[in-house]
Amino acid sequence: MVDYLHPSGFNSFIMPFVLGMTFVLVWCIGGAIRVIYELTPGDRKKFFLSLINPRIMAKNIKEWFCDCLFHVKLWKRNKLLGYMHSSIAFGWFMIIVVGHIEVFLYTPERIHRIWYPIFFRYFVAVTDHTMSGSFFFFLMDFFLLMILSGIILAMLKRAYSLLFGMRRTTRPSLTDLIGLYSLWSIFPLRLLAEGFTADISGGSFLTKTLNHLLHSFYSDPTQALPVWWAYSIALGVFMFILPFSRYMHIPAEILLIPMRNAGIPIRYSRKGISRLQVYSCPGCGVCIDACPLSAAKANIKDATVYLNRQLKRNNKKRIDQISDKCLLCGKCSSVCPVGVEGDKLRIAQRSTRKYNLTPDYSSIDGKQFIPQGSGKILYFAGCMTHLTPAIKRSLVSILEKAGEDYTIMDENGGICCGRPMLMAGRRDAAQQMIEKNTSIIMASGATTLLLSCPICYRIFKENYKLEGIEILHHTEYIKRLISEKRIDISKSDIKFAYHDPCELGRGCGIYEEPRDIIRAAGELLEGTKNGAESICCGGSLGSLSLGDEQRKRLIENALNNLTVASPDAIVTACPLCKNTFKRHSAIPVIDIAEVALQSIEKK
Amino acid sequence: MNKFGFSLSPSSAINLDQVDRTFFNKLTEVEPDALRCMACGSCSATCTAAGYTGMSVRKVLLNLQRGRNEEVRKMLSACMLCGKCTMVCPRGINTRSIILNISKLW
Ligand code: SF4
Ligand code: SF4
Ligand code: SF4
Ligand code: SF4
Repeated sequence: MVDYLHPSGFNSFIMPFVLGMTFVLVWCIGGAIRVIYELTPGDRKKFFLSLINPRIMAKNIKEWFCDCLFHVKLWKRNKLLGYMHSSIAFGWFMIIVVGHIEVFLYTPERIHRIWYPIFFRYFVAVTDHTMSGSFFFFLMDFFLLMILSGIILAMLKRAYSLLFGMRRTTRPSLTDLIGLYSLWSIFPLRLLAEGFTADISGGSFLTKTLNHLLHSFYSDPTQALPVWWAYSIALGVFMFILPFSRYMHIPAEILLIPMRNAGIPIRYSRKGISRLQVYSCPGCGVCIDACPLSAAKANIKDATVYLNRQLKRNNKKRIDQISDKCLLCGKCSSVCPVGVEGDKLRIAQRSTRKYNLTPDYSSIDGKQFIPQGSGKILYFAGCMTHLTPAIKRSLVSILEKAGEDYTIMDENGGICCGRPMLMAGRRDAAQQMIEKNTSIIMASGATTLLLSCPICYRIFKENYKLEGIEILHHTEYIKRLISEKRIDISKSDIKFAYHDPCELGRGCGIYEEPRDIIRAAGELLEGTKNGAESICCGGSLGSLSLGDEQRKRLIENALNNLTVASPDAIVTACPLCKNTFKRHSAIPVIDIAEVALQSIEKK
Repeated sequence: MNKFGFSLSPSSAINLDQVDRTFFNKLTEVEPDALRCMACGSCSATCTAAGYTGMSVRKVLLNLQRGRNEEVRKMLSACMLCGKCTMVCPRGINTRSIILNISKLW
């Protein structure tokens, strides 16, 4: 059945691989222990508990296959890109698996030699002419071909990235390049090495054919040894460079998936899950095109992939610049195939900033803001709605028309919701505002808190603890009024393009309610990018450093995206978006509350 | 109860030749836009915190130029970073960035 070509089972050419493999294993196990150790005790417990929860574990297993091996998310983005990544990842995985099966079947006594499955053909000739023998030969060649096709595509992508649906790709660093070239050379070298020995050790369509070809030049099989050396060295180089290059994402993602499914949040700027996310980034560059900042060419180096790189390099100055410029629109997080949360990572960086002056609101008397009315609905307009009074007027009219019992919380001034402060990473100051507002709301006796600003809405949903009070954004509220037939909306033939505000859409997952309202009032048009991929209006409070001039490009880019279908008006559901757009837009920009009110009045 | 009568306000005369502007100069190195403020007061008029704390970006910048740093400290500690002042500034000054940089450099 089997012939031991080299009965000792050892040749010094395996050393580069064995050393590299040992290094990578030690590094990754050490890294995993470090990340788990850096979690807070509560998070650590949550993580371990999640590992014995069958539902979460099933999800983990599914995602290990779908994300790490099949790259399903990349397939959805672009077929070629998906094929390129999954052919290499899945093909390589299968070669390792089949290699192990072969060792296990034919030479089970040598299964503990980690180099055996990798260099099996050098050491063992399977003379088995049964079905199963040639079946494995075929499998090995098939998956090798799959990887090679992926590598050819990868080479193509470096030259023609547009074919893969990407306008801009990441500029690789030096270690990335070493990793890349060693990875590219591993598989052709494997093919060559196995091709040399295919007549002795056996092979299939690929290796056998190559073997015939090679024999027209060489006849001495010992000449194969340098090629096996080269193959082993390529593997060794790749493994040694792996922790210092983007290829660290391969082991890191394996740990990131269960941590993500366990629901571990980012708590520190560098430690724990933040570190894991940074190392899980393969530098695919999807976030570069996605980032609205990249509309102004000057900002390309501020995309999340570069934040990850600078965090690895610990370049404090660039980390600060990149973190401060970001709009926190969350688009990079929503498109990222591995789940790097670019926006939250940046807030975590901001929170490490030292300020010598800290806000102190203790002297502000919250009691003065407790509203006089006793309405069941408490409407908090918020800072930004006060800058766009038409929204407030419209919503109040709708409340009146619906015959609602309401009170306005900040008619004569109020305290900011705290979200902008939180976005600046100043958690303590934001907490002070949260506490003040909470006591005002609790003292009002209301059962519903109504908001017309998604920025407020998000922090009220995520960070406030308002026992027994329903928190509603006005899109949800108006939608409810329409379905309960408490207001009547008449349809016109006005064409509205809807802009998803970042904090409402990606931030809180509200996409359908505003669209339903628009459909009831007129014709709904979509921008080229919408929903989870909508483009930030450019006015976001998330950015701390972006100036007026730089924002102009972003605003125009976002407007162009919305006006492709020539709408009559742009509709949004955020006072900040409205305020930002209306300064640059050629067509009217209105809030969803205004749309609803106009279609009631027309009746 | 309101008290009636007279009191003496401390003199608010400022001798610009003697003002210590080191802090303001330091600020303008990182925030050159601080020099472009025309003291229109739009930011103060719209400020969320102004009503109950006296916060005003205009006054912060003026006070820094006049070396009256103590008043600045009081005002800045009330800012909520809500961003209204930035939205209304006719000169497009990133007031929030100025506020954060003052807090950093202080
Ligand atoms: S952050 Fe995500 S989208 Fe960006 S390069 Fe890394 S993996 Fe790709
Ligand atoms: S959150 Fe938005 S602005 Fe910030 S890096 Fe991501 S995509 Fe760009
Ligand atoms: S950011 Fe500060 S100074 Fe500006 S309006 Fe808001 S509270 Fe006032
Ligand atoms: S709105 Fe702008 S220009 Fe006017 S006072 Fe304030 S900072 Fe100065």
